[in-house]
Amino acid sequence: MMAGGLVRFIVLILAVAICGAASVFQPISDSHRSAALDVFVPVDGSYKSLEEAYEALKTLEILGVDKKSDLSSATCENVVKVLGSPSSTLKDAFYALNVNGILKCKTGEDAPKDIVSTLQAVVKDAKSLLDFYYSVRGLVLVKEQFSGTDVSLGDAEAVFRSIKTLSQSDGRWRYSSNNPESSTFAAGLALETLAGVISLAPSDIDQSLIQTLKTGILKLFDSIETYDDGTFYFDGSQGPITTTASVIRGLTLFSASESTGLKLPGDKIVGLAKFFLGVGIPGDAKDFFNQIDALACLEDNRFSVPLILSLPSTVISLTKKEPLKVKVSTVLGSKAPALGVKLVQALSSGSKGSSVINNQELKFDAESATYFLDSFPKNFDVGKYTFIFEILLDDSAHEKVYITEAQTKVPIAATGAISIENAEIAVLDSDVGSVESQKKLDLTKDGAVSLSANHLQKLRLSFQLTSPLGHVFKPHQAFLKLKHESQVEHIFLMKTSGKKSEIVIDFLGLVETLYYLSGKYEIQLTIGDASMENSLLSNIGHIELDLPERPEKAPRPPLQSTDPYSRYGPKAEISHIFRVPEKLPAKQLSLVFLGLIVLPFIGFLIGLMRLGVNIKSFPSSVGPATSALLFHGGIGAVLLLYVLFWLKLDLFTTLKYLSLLGVFLLFVGHRTLSHLASASNKLKSA
Amino acid sequence: MARSTSKDAQDLFHSLRSAYAATPTNLKLIDLYVCFAVFTALIQVAYMALVGSFPFNSFLSGVLSCIGTAVLAVCLRIQVNKENKEFKDLAPERAFADFVLCNLVLHLVIINFLG
Repeated sequence: MMAGGLVRFIVLILAVAICGAASVFQPISDSHRSAALDVFVPVDGSYKSLEEAYEALKTLEILGVDKKSDLSSATCENVVKVLGSPSSTLKDAFYALNVNGILKCKTGEDAPKDIVSTLQAVVKDAKSLLDFYYSVRGLVLVKEQFSGTDVSLGDAEAVFRSIKTLSQSDGRWRYSSNNPESSTFAAGLALETLAGVISLAPSDIDQSLIQTLKTGILKLFDSIETYDDGTFYFDGSQGPITTTASVIRGLTLFSASESTGLKLPGDKIVGLAKFFLGVGIPGDAKDFFNQIDALACLEDNRFSVPLILSLPSTVISLTKKEPLKVKVSTVLGSKAPALGVKLVQALSSGSKGSSVINNQELKFDAESATYFLDSFPKNFDVGKYTFIFEILLDDSAHEKVYITEAQTKVPIAATGAISIENAEIAVLDSDVGSVESQKKLDLTKDGAVSLSANHLQKLRLSFQLTSPLGHVFKPHQAFLKLKHESQVEHIFLMKTSGKKSEIVIDFLGLVETLYYLSGKYEIQLTIGDASMENSLLSNIGHIELDLPERPEKAPRPPLQSTDPYSRYGPKAEISHIFRVPEKLPAKQLSLVFLGLIVLPFIGFLIGLMRLGVNIKSFPSSVGPATSALLFHGGIGAVLLLYVLFWLKLDLFTTLKYLSLLGVFLLFVGHRTLSHLASASNKLKSA
Repeated sequence: MARSTSKDAQDLFHSLRSAYAATPTNLKLIDLYVCFAVFTALIQVAYMALVGSFPFNSFLSGVLSCIGTAVLAVCLRIQVNKENKEFKDLAPERAFADFVLCNLVLHLVIINFLG
């Protein structure tokens, strides 16, 4: 409702804190610019379509990258051709005008002849949103590029109303009155079109119409979606990047075209900026264009310009004592107005929400345009923190309305040098626990400690880690590795409890794990952590282990290859065992039997001859003779079909032909056999 | 005793032979056809015994086609035989048409199974 909308109007500083996961968003930088040159590479020296040419050129123009010189001639030719020809499509003319605006192929006072009249005609007859969009925006572009041409819309209010019929109550727009599908992307196009109508109108449009439009925009913001990290976006069938970019373009152009001002919820605008910055460097040209175009709209608009707080480095090194730097800029990396940055809280991840630093103002360095914090309190220890920053804009009047996040949460890691004390290694007798031999270690040097133990004893290693402030430090990784002369390795984890880190290796229980290998083992200690600047890997020395003999069934140690990286090389070739084909008989044998099979047939024929079979009852008159011939021919055809079936046909084709032949055979056979039957009846009666 | 048995066997054989000579020609034709089919089947079985039954479906298909057609020929003989009172009213041409139809169906199935 309107009242709810009013409540959401925020001008300068947010009152509502944004709860979200801590994350850092970086403004557009040179990595984007160099990536743009890779993404917008035209195929075969020219762009596939004017739309793609426009997207590429606009993006490169916004980023300030100059690549126009190579292709401008080919593209300009295309542009001039499209603008000059009366038969070019509306979409092509629109994009040609867009490209012309960037490349300035055709300049002067007068626009190409037919373009203006064609566009104005389309505006009068248009029924769909896209037609309105291309024609109205085309006329706006003509007005910008060719100053002498008159492009005012005759009845601007009528055009406004007919476009407005496509709007819906939930803030979305339809593409045409027949199509009930609505989309947020269409809303962006509609806003751009209406902004164009307002700017081309010879006199002011009725304020009530513009007011209903603004209500619709706020309704559209109801459908905004959000991710956990505080980014906002509009989703639609074209994808979040395209849809959100379309809406932002529409809002920017609309607020620029009308004078009363558009008030939008500031936290959502910052969220939209963070969404586009969070995309990173898109690989797709369309996404890249939409990202950069939307950010350019957010950089310079009449409702609110978001400012982004970013940190070049989120690691504080307590040994190097360098200050923590913070940058505040617009989304495209331009300078922010005068403001102050305050570190409100520095929450340590370990302690339950108590803050180490409170309300510290950061100093400003005008040369590098960064804010920095150079002094940290005495109780600032190594570890992970969440720093909460607030931006305070100066109250002096600015040209533009700036907006920032209420609080920006940034994860910071503090690193320092950890001191290692009381490192010692000892061999203990198992049950009694008495120390057989004990040596102090200096972990910074590779020691030449030499111990010996048998399987009844234990090995104990312990040390204490202290942070720069004197607290006990628990490292993320503390491993002890025992490596046999045959390169078989075993790794053990160390446990940190209370004051020290310790491990006790009981050889009695590990005899099988060690594969019963006796001999010299190298001892290697690894201590590491993200907050530890002096992580170490030290070879402590050797231990001579005496283990019992391997029994029969114990597992053998795995074969160690001489080259430790050979496990990443090619594996052994697998030889597949295929099914052994069945043994077939010798060819000659099969041929012999083929001959033998023919023998009974020959015997049949000889028998027939001896019996004196004849074909005397074969009819002689024409009619019956043909049917008799067809009968025998039909049977022969069926048998031929069977042979073909065996050789190459499949069952379904065979059945198809068989059914045809069968019906034929039925008729013919009936005729023949009934003729024969009547003939024999005549013979019997005669 | 042996002499009488062999003489009896010979007499039996001669009497069978003379009786058989009296059968009509068309029945003898059918008998010849049956013998032809059975002999073909026997040769196929002998071949399988020699080389093994690897494509078993082909073996079955071949043998069963011979046996099937022999059986159909026997049925034809029964129906065509004028001395058979049961099939007095059945025209021999009709029996022959049945024989042809059944043979065609049998051979379709055989060819499908032959592989």
